[in-house]
Amino acid sequence: MQGVVHKNIGDKLFDLFIYIFMTLVAIATLYPFLNVLAISFNDSVDTVRGGLTIYPREFTLRNYETIFGFEGLITGFRNTVIRTVVGTAMGVAAASMMAYTLSRPDFQGRRWMSVLFALTMYFSGGLIPGFLLMKYLGLIGTFYIYIIPALLSVWNVFVIRSYIDGLPFALQESAKIDGANDWTIFWRIILPLCQPVLATIALFIAVGHWNSWFDTYLFNNRNPENTTLQYELMKVLLSTQTGSNYRDPNAQQAMAAVSPESIKMAITIVVTVPILLVYPFLQKYFVKGMTLGAVKS
Amino acid sequence: MKPLTEMTPEAGSTLKRNRFWFKAFQQRYLYLMSLPFVIWIFIFSYVPVWGWLTAFQNYKPKDSILDQKWVGFDNFIQLFQDERFYIVLRNTLAMSTMGLIVGFTIPVIFALLLNEMKGQFFKRSVQTISYLPHFVSWVVVAGLVYKMLSTDGGAVNQLLMWLNIIDQPIQFMAKGNLFWGILTVSDLWKEMGWNSIIFLAAMAGIDPELYEASTVDGAGRFRKMWHITLPGIRTTFMVLFILSIGHLISIGFEKQFLLGNPVVSDYSEVLDLYALKYGIQMGRYSYGTAIGIFNSVVSILLVFIANGIYKRVTKETVI
Repeated sequence: MQGVVHKNIGDKLFDLFIYIFMTLVAIATLYPFLNVLAISFNDSVDTVRGGLTIYPREFTLRNYETIFGFEGLITGFRNTVIRTVVGTAMGVAAASMMAYTLSRPDFQGRRWMSVLFALTMYFSGGLIPGFLLMKYLGLIGTFYIYIIPALLSVWNVFVIRSYIDGLPFALQESAKIDGANDWTIFWRIILPLCQPVLATIALFIAVGHWNSWFDTYLFNNRNPENTTLQYELMKVLLSTQTGSNYRDPNAQQAMAAVSPESIKMAITIVVTVPILLVYPFLQKYFVKGMTLGAVKS
Repeated sequence: MKPLTEMTPEAGSTLKRNRFWFKAFQQRYLYLMSLPFVIWIFIFSYVPVWGWLTAFQNYKPKDSILDQKWVGFDNFIQLFQDERFYIVLRNTLAMSTMGLIVGFTIPVIFALLLNEMKGQFFKRSVQTISYLPHFVSWVVVAGLVYKMLSTDGGAVNQLLMWLNIIDQPIQFMAKGNLFWGILTVSDLWKEMGWNSIIFLAAMAGIDPELYEASTVDGAGRFRKMWHITLPGIRTTFMVLFILSIGHLISIGFEKQFLLGNPVVSDYSEVLDLYALKYGIQMGRYSYGTAIGIFNSVVSILLVFIANGIYKRVTKETVI
């Protein structure tokens, strides 16, 4: 960036400092994950001896075998995958359709709809009125509570819209002259061009669904068939934290053989790995998406 | 669009009678693509505001919202007379202020240092690694924090003992006065890399000629960082900072819920948790709603105050 200039000692020391600092940041970020990974593959009796760092001392797969026998975890995994796939698909579809209509300068509803959406960024009804609404709509205790109330994010709509605004409008006009209707223009022209921004949005929505636990805690805590992966992990975490037991009969038996500590670590890895596999590949998209969103706000 | 009206005489006469409906018909696909979501946002964002009425009632779920007993400001008076409310408010403001200060300065420094790095591969690797925790849920992060801070074999205690700073493991999670710090550092660990993205992008947008000119003028590296890079990200910084001030009071409760425990609840309980506890778990909906309204009003006030100060200082405005 600075071009080739003669370097003095101070500059070199500063470079060295940056490299050391960045290495420490990388270690501090990775160490907890590697430590948990090591424990999850380590024999649980051996783990109690302590002193494990980033590699297992006595390698075993028993911790994983044990947790794959937990009914709650299997159901949770299934529900989390379903809500992530369905929620992301619907979320992206909804946000892009809404964004496209708001980007059309000739659309009658553009002005009032924009205002209607923008206003919601400044206020919210709050926790309790939201809860009462869900109750009134009969969504509590159902799987739909994961999909419907979180269908659309106004933020995402505006990010996609500003992306569409950046595309040449002539494309749409020439398609119109060729006889394409608004839906065809959206489906055939706009969507393919929006791929980078849609990838970003899809990643954000998917991560949000994958990581969400509070909706299960609040709305589905009495419905084990609607449990989610993060909620199951939270239950295990808090149960050993406060000393009460994780209420899964299977789990309790299993825990006698394999320590709760190892169970926790194995679940943590199962919950984390899918995300780690995906995000580095989308990095170039989300960095752009982040910038776009912030500039437009 | 004109040729279309000429082709169909019926449509043309409709146009004369009622331009609006004709155009609406032409744009029927646009309406089909947007109206469902307009209805959706009305239900899920506007209808709950109607629920604010419950704060002025003694709300019982079995009756409709209009058939409730009206109690005026009773819920608010009760709220302001509750000692617990002030503890919770203190915790909220303490943690959000600490988060605001740490959460803005450190990512800026991180971005500044990354920007000074020359080895592209190393730089990219550090960036990728630093984004990682952002994508992991707070449940997982809380688990990692417990693990790292535990008294038997937690990395932090081991490190501190190895450095001879302490001679006995500290029970981090049982010390109320440490909670705010632990929470702030955990948050920093999770979001530092992510929050630096936007500053890095702003730095990348600075005109390279500025650096070249200052090199000719004999400016050193630090002078360039101070006089070019930092002013270059000022606008981005201020916009984000003012928006965050608006969230000072509504910082959520996820981290506090997951990292807190009964031993440290005097330090970990925040407004939203308090609302959750009274409003939903104890069924005092009206009281919980009153807390929510207090939250919203304070947030809006804070944004306007922050924006006002910014306007005075710089003659620009953010919102």
